[in-house]
Amino acid sequence: MQTITDYLPQHPFFAGLPEPVVALVAGCAVNVHFRPGQHLFHEGEPADTFYVIRHGRVSLEVRAPAGSPVVVDSAHADDVVGWSWLVPPHRWLFDARATEETSAIAFDGACLRDKCDTDPAVGYALLQRVVQVMSTRLQSARIRLLDVYGAPV
Amino acid sequence: MTAVAGAGSRAAPRGDPFVPRPFVVRRHRQDTRDTWTLVLEPADGATMPFAAGQFTMMQAFGAGEAPISISGDPARPEVLEHTIRNVGAVTRALVHAGPGTELGIRGPFGTGWEVSSGRGGDVVFVAGGIGLAPLRPAILEVCADRASYGRVLLLYGARTPEDILFGDDLRRWAADHAVDVQVTVDNGQHAWQGRVGLVTQLVDRGGFDAVNTLALVCGPEVMMRYAAMALRARGVAPARLRLSMERNMKCGVGLCGHCQLREYFLCVDGPVLTYDVLEPLMSRAEL
Repeated sequence: MQTITDYLPQHPFFAGLPEPVVALVAGCAVNVHFRPGQHLFHEGEPADTFYVIRHGRVSLEVRAPAGSPVVVDSAHADDVVGWSWLVPPHRWLFDARATEETSAIAFDGACLRDKCDTDPAVGYALLQRVVQVMSTRLQSARIRLLDVYGAPV
Repeated sequence: MTAVAGAGSRAAPRGDPFVPRPFVVRRHRQDTRDTWTLVLEPADGATMPFAAGQFTMMQAFGAGEAPISISGDPARPEVLEHTIRNVGAVTRALVHAGPGTELGIRGPFGTGWEVSSGRGGDVVFVAGGIGLAPLRPAILEVCADRASYGRVLLLYGARTPEDILFGDDLRRWAADHAVDVQVTVDNGQHAWQGRVGLVTQLVDRGGFDAVNTLALVCGPEVMMRYAAMALRARGVAPARLRLSMERNMKCGVGLCGHCQLREYFLCVDGPVLTYDVLEPLMSRAEL
């Protein structure tokens, strides 16, 4: 099993970060594991963590007023889950639930925010990467809003 | 009509292309809430050879005619298989044509996928919604000659889990033919354990050698545009990237112009065209 410090530089999210920054980020990270059905977080709770999925699958869900939650997105190996740790008021906007055995690296968002405040260069580098994740998710949501499969091919 | 550097193989209609041949529905299967598959046999006993990717004009007598891609096995020209989504008056009549019903068929028309040109390399199929049906003959062709290909991926996006087509095929292709089948849906309920998201995200992660890959894409044009961009970003060459353009085919022989895309008549120059031809056309709102 690779250590977090070994793993992070190979991950696309952290690619290109200077070694000291990776070491700094790794200092805020721990390995975690979730069983199928276990939640990573719930909507409305404080968002002081984000995750890099190493193995497994996570559903991002919105609770419906009546009936079962709706799955609005899913995350898989190498995906990054969570940006609310960086955006006030730092509360989760969705539920995240493991749908199979899932291993992840959990990053302490409060710890990272402190480091970003202390060193804006680190903050900017991380912000660029989080914005990329947000952009991909936003684009996915926008195209799915078109309901392209609902119209004839 | 113009000579075009599209994809290639095709079979020609037998006899007068304007005269429908009678076919009889032998089997009738509901695939999803709005999609049915009909298995037909020629009433005159003559086979209808076709290339994977071609389409026919299907006629429900008294209702009208519609272009429908062939979804069956090109190695079995004695039967004609069509997967039809009920979206209007003609397709409603077609999907309700039960066993014994006679339908008129013109064709086959258009260009094929020419998937055999991908032998020796990887093949990536990207399907969206009912777009899996026109790709099915090419997938069957690859499965029948599986050892000639490298990695084979089928990346398939559907609206919901209930809209996933050919579930038995997907399982068989994965289990028996080493096809890496990845399915994603736009919307999933709580019980859905699979992927939710865009099919283009599967392209980003797909394990294939882009430089040595033939990619075949079929689905709504918006989806195809983004899938093509994702495949290009991975390094698939435009000439090795083929899309099936489904427009309003009518005559089937390049005369009426209903299916015109700038200088191309898609019923004869297409429906399968390479991305080097299509790229400048796909983002033009006027077309």
